[in-house]
Amino acid sequence: MKRAEPYLYPLAATIAVLAIWHAAVVWSGTRVFPAPKDVLMGMNELLQKGLMLSYIGDSLRRVSAGYIMAVGTGIPLGLAIGWFPPLAAMINPVIQMLRPISPLAWTPLAVIWFGVSEAAPIFLIYLSALFTITVATAAGVRGVPGMYWQAGRNFGLSSAGVLFRILLPSTMPQMIVGLRVALGVAWIVVVAAEMIAVNSGLGYLIIDSRNAGKRYDLVVAGMLLIGTIGLCLDIAFRRLEKLRNIRWGFQNE
Amino acid sequence: MSAIQMHSAAAARQVATKLVVENVCMTFGRNGRAVNVLEDISLTVREGEFLCLLGPSGCGKSTLLNIVAGFIKQTSGSVLVDGQQVTKPDPRRIFVFQERGVFPWLTVEGNIGFGLRHLSREDREQRVAYYVNLVGLQGFEKAYPHELSGGMKQRVEVARAFAVDPDVLFLDEPFGALDSITRLQLRRELLRIWETEKKTILFVTHDIDESVQLADRVVVMSARPARLQRLVEIDIPHPRDISSHQYLSFRDSIFDQLGLAHKV
Repeated sequence: MKRAEPYLYPLAATIAVLAIWHAAVVWSGTRVFPAPKDVLMGMNELLQKGLMLSYIGDSLRRVSAGYIMAVGTGIPLGLAIGWFPPLAAMINPVIQMLRPISPLAWTPLAVIWFGVSEAAPIFLIYLSALFTITVATAAGVRGVPGMYWQAGRNFGLSSAGVLFRILLPSTMPQMIVGLRVALGVAWIVVVAAEMIAVNSGLGYLIIDSRNAGKRYDLVVAGMLLIGTIGLCLDIAFRRLEKLRNIRWGFQNE
Repeated sequence: MSAIQMHSAAAARQVATKLVVENVCMTFGRNGRAVNVLEDISLTVREGEFLCLLGPSGCGKSTLLNIVAGFIKQTSGSVLVDGQQVTKPDPRRIFVFQERGVFPWLTVEGNIGFGLRHLSREDREQRVAYYVNLVGLQGFEKAYPHELSGGMKQRVEVARAFAVDPDVLFLDEPFGALDSITRLQLRRELLRIWETEKKTILFVTHDIDESVQLADRVVVMSARPARLQRLVEIDIPHPRDISSHQYLSFRDSIFDQLGLAHKV
């Protein structure tokens, strides 16, 4: 019983929301908005047609591709900016100017550059994650206490030693927060990107269901799938924060 | 005690010189103004000696320690260790910060073994185990710093420094953030470790009692710009009775020197 407790309240809340939803649809007599059981049947239809798993797979693949590229460039860039103040002075204004531009504003350019292809949404995801990761990493490096640098030099570390044994581990907690936020943003953006440039994936499912026959049961089904997967990604990331050699960064002493 | 008597005492001991500070001056530029922090500091530290740098807060004693350790470049003058100019930090001379210098992402073992990468796994484990024992942290080898008390973290940092077998240790108010009971305990432990390991120690403090309890000699520094006011040789053998007449007279003379009253 004790072990079930953390799941009890969320479960109760979900049931309550479904009940209210159902009651609202029945009571208002709407013909447009689907009831929970319609959505469930819609999901079943998607599953039977084999679309659900392939669409989820497509969306996750695009997110992974763009996100991994963003991690691969954002972390080194952030480390470099944090480590060398002159570099920060040069690059920071550019980043701070590009960052508030919604990745979706890049859509027309992405389509010109990459055509209607996989590369366009991946590029948008890459952009959406890149700045968050870079800024969080750079801030993490600047936040490394002077004492750690000093101790590293004192014990005779080389530059590589300072990087791998001081900078990376001491920046890790803040970097992970940035990575988690960036993954959330990337997942939001993949759906929007798929509404434009491609013809598969969960974003495509939503826009296509509406356009082809006003299947609002499938629209809501797509929304719920997106939400659920986003939740799972976040939970997976939070587990990282619990690792013992990272947890120190999330505690107030 | 006069300067001549002190010199003869030093000569009688026949101890080698470890570290020499010669006419060191330090000037910082602050808001466009030059601030004199250290003024013509000269002193000699003997091999194996426990030397306290004592002075009021902000007098520049930490700056002096950072210069001697090679972290800051002095404006003029020189620092010699074994006759060699100090230009940068060196693993043979380890700086110990307040407890916040331990690495929070490493366990107690990981911290103590931090400077021992060059050793084989077996040697390293042996050494780490020895120093875990020496500072009394058995059972906490796998613990992370955030799971430890302030005093234990300070023990980790001291052990990390001793583990690389340095010639000299620089301690910058290491026990300043601890409660008074833990502080007393750690002083006793530091003395015990110092006596077994026979290292040269430079210890910065603003606590008069601490300096008289620990040091062979106390260098009393003035407020900024810091000058050497006096060198006091504390020739009481350890363990020192802190209610003895001898101890109290040393302490009171330093109180006088710093212009402090004996009554609160």
